[in-house]
Formats: sequence, C-alpha cells, structure tokens
Amino acid sequence: MTASIVETVNVVKILGSGASRVEALKGVSLGVSGGELTMLMGPSGSGKTTLLSILGCIMSPTRGTVQVRGRSTQGLDAEELAEIRRKNIGFVFQSYHLFPTLTAAENVRLVFDVRGERSRRTKAKANEALATVGLAHKTKAFPIELSGGEQQRVAIARAIAGDAAAILADEPTAALDSENGHAIMSLLAEIAEDPKRGVLVVTHDPRILPFADRIVRIEDGRIVGEQQKGAPARAGSEVEHAIRAQRR
Amino acid sequence: MSLIFTLAARNLFHDRLRFIATLIGIVFSMILVTVQMGLYLGFGRMVTTMIDHAGADLWIMPLGTKCFEDSSSLDDSKRFRALSMKGVADAVPIVIGFAPWKMPGGGTSPVFLIGSNLRSGGLRPWNVVAGSIEALEIPGAIAVDRSYLDRLGVSGLGATAEIRDQKVEVRALTRGIRSFTTTPYLFAPLERARAYTGMGPNRESYILVRVAPNADVESVRRRLQSNIADVEVLTPAEFRARSRSFWLFGTGAGAGLFAGALLGIIVGTVIVAQTLYASTKDHLNEFATLRAIGSSGRYIYKVIISQAVLSAVIGFCIAAAVGLLIVRTTAETALPIMLTPVMTVALFALAVVMCVLSAVGAIAKVMRIDPAMVFTR
Repeated sequence: MTASIVETVNVVKILGSGASRVEALKGVSLGVSGGELTMLMGPSGSGKTTLLSILGCIMSPTRGTVQVRGRSTQGLDAEELAEIRRKNIGFVFQSYHLFPTLTAAENVRLVFDVRGERSRRTKAKANEALATVGLAHKTKAFPIELSGGEQQRVAIARAIAGDAAAILADEPTAALDSENGHAIMSLLAEIAEDPKRGVLVVTHDPRILPFADRIVRIEDGRIVGEQQKGAPARAGSEVEHAIRAQRR
Repeated sequence: MSLIFTLAARNLFHDRLRFIATLIGIVFSMILVTVQMGLYLGFGRMVTTMIDHAGADLWIMPLGTKCFEDSSSLDDSKRFRALSMKGVADAVPIVIGFAPWKMPGGGTSPVFLIGSNLRSGGLRPWNVVAGSIEALEIPGAIAVDRSYLDRLGVSGLGATAEIRDQKVEVRALTRGIRSFTTTPYLFAPLERARAYTGMGPNRESYILVRVAPNADVESVRRRLQSNIADVEVLTPAEFRARSRSFWLFGTGAGAGLFAGALLGIIVGTVIVAQTLYASTKDHLNEFATLRAIGSSGRYIYKVIISQAVLSAVIGFCIAAAVGLLIVRTTAETALPIMLTPVMTVALFALAVVMCVLSAVGAIAKVMRIDPAMVFTR
C-alpha cells in the first residue's frame, strides 16, 4: 500500500437548502491508496455515493478538503475538476453508462478522445484494455449485443485504459448475478494489486467482501468502522456484522 | 479520427424518425428560402433584361423615369445635342410602348413594343431561333418570343396580325425573351414602332449613348447631364439599380419575397432547435457520463454542434437537389427561379448558421448538466 491517491479530509457536504437541507457528510476523512481495494459499505442514504462523488471530484465539498495526488481541489472550477478526473480517476457505474451507439472499443477509446489523444496507439490501448477484461473478441460489439457482465467489463476497461490511478466503482455488481459479480470483483481486485492503482468500491453486497483489502462502514454521514484485511474485526462493530452476514 | 463526429453522427442516425423530422425542417426551410431568393434574383434579372442587352454606355431618359417600361418621350433634338458632345461616339434612339395586338382569329391583346434602328444596333432582339433580324427591315415585320405565339393567336413565322390597324407579320422568333409583366415583348424597326405605339415622328423613349474609345464615361455623363435639359443620364448599372428598386421595393414585391425567406429561416430554425434539443435531452445521460469521465464542456458542445452541422449538410444537399429541379422547371417561365453559385454558397452558409444557432438551446441544456446524475440513474 502507498500514500493516498485521492483523499478527503474532514469533508462536510450539505445538500439542498431550507426544509430539504440535508447534511450528507459530517466530517469524513477517507483515502484511496495504491495497491488497495477499499470497500465502502453502508445503508441507503448513509452518504456513500456523495462521498464517492466528492472523492471523484464530481461534487465539491461544503467544507473540508479533497486532495488528488497531494494537490488540493479547493477553488477549482468545473473545467479544472474535469481535467483532474480525466487524468487521475476512472469510474465504474452501477448501470454501466456505456454509449449505446458506440462499439465496445469506441466506448473505451472515449477516455483518450476526451483527452485529445487520437493516435493509432489509443486504438491499440483500448483493445488491450478490453483484452485485460477478457473481451478481446468483442471489440466491435455494441452494448446491446453484450450481456450485463460483459457491459460492466467494458466499463472497467474504460476505467483502466487511460491509466487512471484511482478507480471508483459505484455498486459495480448490483445489476449482475453472483457469477458475473464475482468475475467483476476478481477483475477489480486484480487491478488493485498494482501498487500505483487504488480501487474504491461502494457496495451493499456482502458477498463481495472477501475481495476487500479494507472495509469502511459509513452511516448517517460518518465513518463508523474500518477494518484492514487480516485484522480481526472489533466485536460488535458494523464491519463485523457485515462480515458475519456474509459468512451466513 | 476523433469520436466527436462518430458520436454526433450515430446520435443523429440512431433515432431515424427524429432525424427525418430534422431533415424535413431543414429541407422545407431551405427550399422556401431558395424559392424566395431565386424569385428575387429571377425577378431582378427579368426587370433589367432590356438594359442588360442594350449594349449602351449611358442611357438618356426623361426626368423621373422609374424603370425601363415607364419612360415617357424625348424630343429627337436632344439626340442631336448629345451627338454634338465631346466623347459621344453614337446616340441611338429607342422607342418603347404598349400597343393593341389584334389577333387574326379575333380579339385583342396588349403587347409591349421595342423599336430601334436595327442597323445601328440599338436594342435588337437576341436568341433568334427562327427567321432573322435582317428580315425585320421588311415593312410590317416584327420579332416575337416563340413562347407567346399561342397567346397572340399566331402560329409562327409568316403569321400575320394587326397592331393599331396596321398589318404586321412575324418574321423572327426568339427564345427566352419573356416579360415578367406577362405582356409580350415585340421588336420592330424604329419608325414602325413609333407608328404602332402612337409616338410622334421625332420623338423617342430613350437615347442610348456609346462613348468614344478612350473617353471617360463619367465625364461624358456629366457633360450630357449639364448640357441637355429635362433629362437624366444614367449608367446601365444605375438604371438597373433604379429599375430593380422600383419593381422590387417600390411595389413591395421584394419585401414580400424577403419576408417569405425570413419565414423559412425562422420555421427551419425552430424545427431544428426543437429536434436537436429533444435529441440532447434523450442523450443527457451520455453527456453526463462524458462529463464524469472528464470531458471538457467544449468537447460536448462540439458533439452537439457536429450534429447540427451534419444535419445542415445533409438537409442542404437534399434541398439543393430539389432546388435545382425547381430552377430547371421554371427556366422557361415568365418568372424563372434563379440559383447562382454565390447564392448556393450563401444558402449553404445559411443552413449551417441556422443549424448551429438551433444548437444553442441544446448547449444551454447541457451546460446545466450535473455529472453526479450518473450515480443516480
């Protein structure tokens, strides 16, 4: 494990205003480090997705700081945040968010295209990324021609093709059966073996906990528990409950 | 190659029904603009056709003449005065006027006579397809456009009729000398034209001036203007502009044509804007994904503008093909629709500008996009 690639420090996020004002995050500090697969767990409305959005520089915190490779994102405008995302962060979404009119290879090439990289090398890189996720034979397939698991693999290829240091995955197995979910988590765990890459997975799914190097439990906008791989879970902790639930 | 164009093209072709609606909007708009502007050009050309074919350096005309067909008359002494001026090589009289044409089978129809000295080459018929200009020297000979034969109740060369109770014979036929007023043009020698129009023997409608070689047209014009009373001396360009101004704007016809063209542009813009906005709305999730994976705002605008430009190019090509068909169909009519290379380029530019402007609404929608929506959908 190395220093954090992306890190939040005492982040507070207030959503809405007036009667609908919600304090989604209440001073959360969390880092995504290289060579580590972190799982962020918690019930609906606990602030998981908000935290993922802030770590991914999609949303800015109300208070607190976000650092990407040691650089604070405070005061950056939307275009500067987009630049940080395209250089450092790869996303995997629950519903894949592939472009239906583009082939698998073109979907992956998009990460290069938005960077202005349009050489032949990018085509090769996109195909390599698809080969990494086991879809070398589906480069010309459109999303509609792929199964859910295959679509999610294309999304992972898209996230890793551009050498993003942090891969942020939002419920990547939620729409998949257990076999495909397992395959997807194996891929993400493999990616996290690279010391230059860190993976954060937001999940509800206790079945995928064995893939985690670290499990972080968030509830009501606060981190309430954390456990490293191999370390015993504190008795009675939320993490222990989750692991127990998985074992059952 | 960038995926911007690929994405734009596939977004367009993905929803074929919407794309067809977009194309219909552009094609309808462009055809309307083409027809209106083509009519404007055709009308502009028709009203100056006699001036264009006169081959004069200067026109001397009665004061207050509004257009070629509007002239009153000048005394022939003014022509001699003009001939005496320095720098004038020739001064040729032209007679114009309406006259009643009595058809051989009965009934009358008005005609518009143009008379000039056929030897001195004042304003002679052109595009002669049957008979000859020389044959017009024969007493009673006239030249008429073949498209008016039915209208005048005559069969062709050698046919006879009467103008102002004087026998005339068709001795030359022309092609494409049409009058936008629907009154047929007839060519006759000067003296006969005077007789047919009821103009006095020493009077004429215009004096066409040819300037001597090496003489400065503007200097000659000033000299003629200051030495001949109660006339105006115009260059062909000025006379063309005056005729166009009278017919196109004095009568309101031009304003009507421009209003039609403007309507076409507005309708086209609204239709394209609506379909482009709806398409963008449908693909909002994809644009949010693009934003989430780090695309710049400019990248997304390029996708939308590419969609607009692609629609414009395809729409314009269809409209241009239909437009050319209309131009061919109307080429031989009294008011042909014209399409010049400059106008074609201008219409293409207009189609692109119209479609890019239409993209503003879609871009405004995308500007408000929250990339965080990718986590909630």
